[in-house]
Amino acid sequence: MGIEIIFLILAVLVIAFGVGVVVLNRRREGVQPPSQRTAGQPAAPPRPADDPSTGDTLVQEPAVAEEPPAGTLRERLAKARSTFAGAISGVLSRSAITDESFDELEEALLRADIGVNIADELLGGLRTRVKDKEITEPAALLDALDAEMKSRLAGSERSLNFETLDEGATNVWMFVGVNGVGKTTTIGKLAKQQVDAGRTVLLAAGDTFRAAAAEQLTTWAERSDVEIVRGADGADPSSVIFDGVEKAASKNIELVMADTAGRLHTKSNLMDELAKVRRVAEKGAGKVTETLLVIDATTGQNGLTQAREFGEVTDVTGVVLTKLDGSAKGGIVFAIETELGIPVKLVGIGETIGDLVDFDPDEFVSALLER
Amino acid sequence: MFDNLSNRLEGIITKVRGKGRLTEADVDEMMKEIRTALLEADVNVAVVRSVCNRIREHAIGATRSKALDPGQQVVKAVNDELTRALGGETLAITYAAKPPTVVLMAGLQGSGKTTASAKLGKWFKAQGRNPLMIGADLQRPAAVEQLRTLGRQIDVPVFSDPEDPILTAAAGLEEAKRLGRDVVIVDTAGRLSIDAEMMEQVRLISGAVDPDYTFLVVDAMTGQDAVQTAEAFHNTLQIDGVIMSKMDGDARGGAALSVKEVIGRPIAFASTGEKLEEFEQFHPDRMASRILGMGDMLTLIEQAEKAFTEEQAEAAATKLMEGQFTLDDFLEQMQALKKMGPLGGLMGMMPGMPKELKDAKIEDDDLKPIEAIITSMTTEERTFPNIIQGTRRARIAAGSGTTVADVNRLVKQFGEMQKMMKKMGMAGKPGKKGKKGRGGAKLPKGLPAGFDIEQGGMEIPGLPGTPGMPGIPGLPR
Repeated sequence: MGIEIIFLILAVLVIAFGVGVVVLNRRREGVQPPSQRTAGQPAAPPRPADDPSTGDTLVQEPAVAEEPPAGTLRERLAKARSTFAGAISGVLSRSAITDESFDELEEALLRADIGVNIADELLGGLRTRVKDKEITEPAALLDALDAEMKSRLAGSERSLNFETLDEGATNVWMFVGVNGVGKTTTIGKLAKQQVDAGRTVLLAAGDTFRAAAAEQLTTWAERSDVEIVRGADGADPSSVIFDGVEKAASKNIELVMADTAGRLHTKSNLMDELAKVRRVAEKGAGKVTETLLVIDATTGQNGLTQAREFGEVTDVTGVVLTKLDGSAKGGIVFAIETELGIPVKLVGIGETIGDLVDFDPDEFVSALLER
Repeated sequence: MFDNLSNRLEGIITKVRGKGRLTEADVDEMMKEIRTALLEADVNVAVVRSVCNRIREHAIGATRSKALDPGQQVVKAVNDELTRALGGETLAITYAAKPPTVVLMAGLQGSGKTTASAKLGKWFKAQGRNPLMIGADLQRPAAVEQLRTLGRQIDVPVFSDPEDPILTAAAGLEEAKRLGRDVVIVDTAGRLSIDAEMMEQVRLISGAVDPDYTFLVVDAMTGQDAVQTAEAFHNTLQIDGVIMSKMDGDARGGAALSVKEVIGRPIAFASTGEKLEEFEQFHPDRMASRILGMGDMLTLIEQAEKAFTEEQAEAAATKLMEGQFTLDDFLEQMQALKKMGPLGGLMGMMPGMPKELKDAKIEDDDLKPIEAIITSMTTEERTFPNIIQGTRRARIAAGSGTTVADVNRLVKQFGEMQKMMKKMGMAGKPGKKGKKGRGGAKLPKGLPAGFDIEQGGMEIPGLPGTPGMPGIPGLPR
């Protein structure tokens, strides 16, 4: 045990000293902390909603390939809603706005993983308006919260960037995120959507670490009838993706979707690897027009850290929120979008190939508030 | 992200220091901070409420004790309560009288069941058992393939039949018996707790194999939903224990507390990385500190151990204490530190960092100028920085792309740190008013007697007003 204390002291001192110096220097120079990203640009006309009824048929696997249920996003999320009814309905059941009303709203927001700070801020604004007698009825209070949240998500550019490039060049969409969030499955679904929209697609199996990751992506490639480029286990992910891009360019395939291995943002060597993957993807014929961060809807406050860290390493252009068909509300993306300015573009609502829809901020807020 | 409960409570403490004792109103204010800390750590709202009620009683008790440091007492009360809530009985695996012992793995999609299954397989092997793994996830493409690959890595056989998960599980069990395997691990598909059909499926799988242990695998970064999920799985399957996965991240892990409180089953294991050996028994005390944002000291130690070799560390520490730590040594240690992970993450793990430092959003790049300055020095300059004057300064500044003022500052601050370290090293020598050793940590032989880290007040030279780092809690043994 003795040696451990030494390590500790050493680490602590070195870190503290180094950091102290930097802070002092900053203070002297009046340097501001890294500025936040700017918010998204004005919205383009919305993309047409995708047909949710395209079932999944090309399966050689013994997997159960169900038809996803038809219906709006709201109907499909309806299963998850019942548990929340309590908090919000409590507010509405009273004839006046009381402290309990605010407690209930706070609970609803926190349960949705909105986060303490944002919840406080949203409710603080409402409290002021109630005090000023601007809002007097519980229903109006709820409307105001709903409107405020929706307005904060309004005006973001949510379409997927695709550029018409010169011959011999290809668009590259990269998918990044921590382990287990659904990157590979999302690629599988999006590939089908893009193919249906008339684009030519190639998949690059950039996850060379996880056992059978390339096999998993290959199954998805077969389901959409698109080509896939993979490497050997443990191969350099940058090379695999580069090879995929070059192959796509040579065959005039317009779009490469690059899968990467799940990685925790706390692993500096893996984040360095990701930075390299990003760089190499653009070395040859590729242009990275979209770097999508995949976030699991069950994620708590760590989601914001993930977005920040991944954003610093690869310049994230959008978020895919997955597993929203579960009981989690995915409120962390509200923070990601409003604090970091990264727009949510897509939502995953199931495991089958059709279970991917555009992110609709109004539907999202309504579902979150059980309306 | 570097929130630290101690520091937050500090603000309140300094206000009341003059009073000598904390009033109930003070405690209420503290409870508010504690509540915020727990919520930020993703502890479920309802669980926060009940835990805070319990903590409040302890906290009030602490204030009555007229302790010299009531704030520390409150923090300790919170830490103790969380440790108790997270711990309780440990899960000791007892093997079935009639083999095989069956272990069922369940959880949401992506939680880490397959990796955990393989880790368990490896763990059981280390216990001298002969496990067999059953791939009953027929939902996810290549899931069985993944398990087979892992099985090959750890030399554990894998059984799967593509027809049906329930039949696979049953057949796998028979196969295990036929082969004389004494442990069976059943990996299942990830499923939503609100998916009635899938929950029924796992209930049937459970019925088919009659597990001795059912483990719920929970991702450490799960937010408020952890409760909903745990309750649903527990109602369907009767969970025996929880496995927290992806603990090597920086998620505070409040989900662990939520799940434990709600289903009352022990957290058996913590999965701390993607490699199959990164699997250990769960430590409630470490988790408690982590949830409170009080830093995971022991993980920090472990990470440091990976970055520094024993000899390096001992040599450096001796030098430090004797005031012989040079800029060269500092550079060496800084470069080794980089291997420990991003500076931001390390900061998050350290308890009691002064607020200004934590809020500073330090990135690894920020240390580059310091590195550059030292690298531009000659060996002689690094060992005897007092020879650095006029022309040398200019040369170093030019070589490192910094200014003469920057170089001056670094040399001055380093000198002050050296002096301070020497003072710390001298603290325990006889004749000085050194602090007596407190607390349970056994001190290494190399350090002067009486060197006390519990009350270590560490002032960062040049940063006026930084309170000393509070005592380092939670060191074991």
